[in-house]
Formats: sequence, C-alpha cells, structure tokens
Amino acid sequence: MNWGGWSEFWAMGGYGFYVWGSYGVTFACLALEILFLLKRSHEAKT
Amino acid sequence: MSATVKWFWFASPQTFFPLAGTIARWCAIAAALLAAAGLYVGFFVAPTDAQQGEAYRIIFIHVPAAWMSMFLYVVMAFWAAIGLAFNTRLSGMMASGIAPTGALFTFIALWTGALWGRPTWGAYWVWDARLTSELILLFLYLGFMALQAAIDDPRRADRAGALLAIVGAVNVPIIYYSVQWWNTLHQGASVSLTRAPSMASAMLAGMVLMALAFWLYSIAAALARVRCIILERE
Repeated sequence: MNWGGWSEFWAMGGYGFYVWGSYGVTFACLALEILFLLKRSHEAKT
Repeated sequence: MSATVKWFWFASPQTFFPLAGTIARWCAIAAALLAAAGLYVGFFVAPTDAQQGEAYRIIFIHVPAAWMSMFLYVVMAFWAAIGLAFNTRLSGMMASGIAPTGALFTFIALWTGALWGRPTWGAYWVWDARLTSELILLFLYLGFMALQAAIDDPRRADRAGALLAIVGAVNVPIIYYSVQWWNTLHQGASVSLTRAPSMASAMLAGMVLMALAFWLYSIAAALARVRCIILERE
C-alpha cells in the first residue's frame, strides 16, 4: 500500500495535476468515444 | 477445406455483422476488468519511483496508448492493403472502423506525454524526433478520416484512404526507431523482446494489464464501428 489516506492519494506526491490530468482526459476521451458509438449505432438501426 | 470456406463466409459484411457484435461485447467486458486490475496494480501495488516520484504513474496509460497508436495504424494499413488487393468490401470497412480509435490513442499518447514531460523535462512539448513523428501519426489518422469523409462514394473513399494509409505506414518504424536513430530527449524502450525489462515487476505488470485492456478496448470499439458502417452502407 502506497498511500496514507485519500488526500495523499489525490496529491500524488505533488504531481496530482499531471497524473490526474492524464488519467482524467484519457477516460473522458474513451467515454466520449463509447457515447458516440452508442449514438451512431442507435441512429444506424433506426 | 471447411476452414477456407468459413473464412470467405465471414468476409461478407452480412455474416460478419453478428460475429462482430459478439466479439465486441466480450472484448469490452474483458477490457473493463483488465483496466480495473491494471489501475489497481498501477496505483496500489507498484511502488513510488526512486527518481520521478509519483509522476511516473502516467506510464500506465502513456506507454500502452503509444503502443496502440502504432499497432492500430499497422492493422489499419493492413486492412486497407487487403481491400486494395482483393477488392473486398469488409476490408475497407475495417480500416475505416479502426482509424478514429487509432487517432484517439495517438492523441492520448501525446497528451499524457506532454503532462509527463512538464515535470520531468521541464517542457510540455519539444520538437524532438519521437514527439514529432508521433504528431505526424495523428495527422495521418486525421488525414485518412478527412479524405474518406470528403468522398461520397464509399468504395472510392476506401481506395483513396487505403493509398494514404499504406504510404503513411512508413512513419511507424520511424516512430519506433526514432529514439535510436536520433539524439532525443525521449527515453528508449523500457520493454523489449531481447532483454529483461528495465523496471520493477509490479510496474511492468500494471503496464501490461493496461496494454491488454487498451488492446481489447480497441477491438471492441473498432468492431462496434464496423457494425455501424455495415448498417449505414448496406
């Protein structure tokens, strides 16, 4: 276990902006792609 | 004999459609489970890096995304070439289905690289051989998509896109070997087939799990898109 608590986890040793900026944008991108695909498949079927 | 028959059977978009749906569903489920495992290992098992502190944890998405960006391009160019050579409808659809996901992973590799470069190199962006060739890869994906979108007839769009995809494939080895051919700020490969990986085993495990998750996600997303294209075109 690396972290003493949640605040330490979110702080990422002072690199929180860079680490969470990377993970946040990555998952936002993947979520958007999934949404677009669901929308496109819904439209293609109707 | 029956294997050859089956192969051609699935080359028809109509018969491929339900198969693609099944594969996409299972790949999506496996990708979610592997990503959960990879994130757990990456954040809770892998130790803090001695030199980079916690900033190195970007590696668990940066390296798998960069691998996928190159690998997906090769697969896209492969299907594009098959489509040109054999004039099969499904091949062009596969190439078009892969392109947006490939572009997405290229963007993610560049984005996470920028956020990793700032704390470690002191700059979000440098015009270094690795970064520049990866940026060209993004433009190749976007160019492929724009070219296809600009041509109304899907078969002609497939052929034009295929030419671009095949010519652009020369960029992939340039990206891969850029860190050896030029003096770059970007570090060399941490993992290679010929020698032991230069990182702790928990770090490697997290990276491999995330790479597998991205890989299965890409299969699921590309096949889901191919299904949309089949519905739209036929």
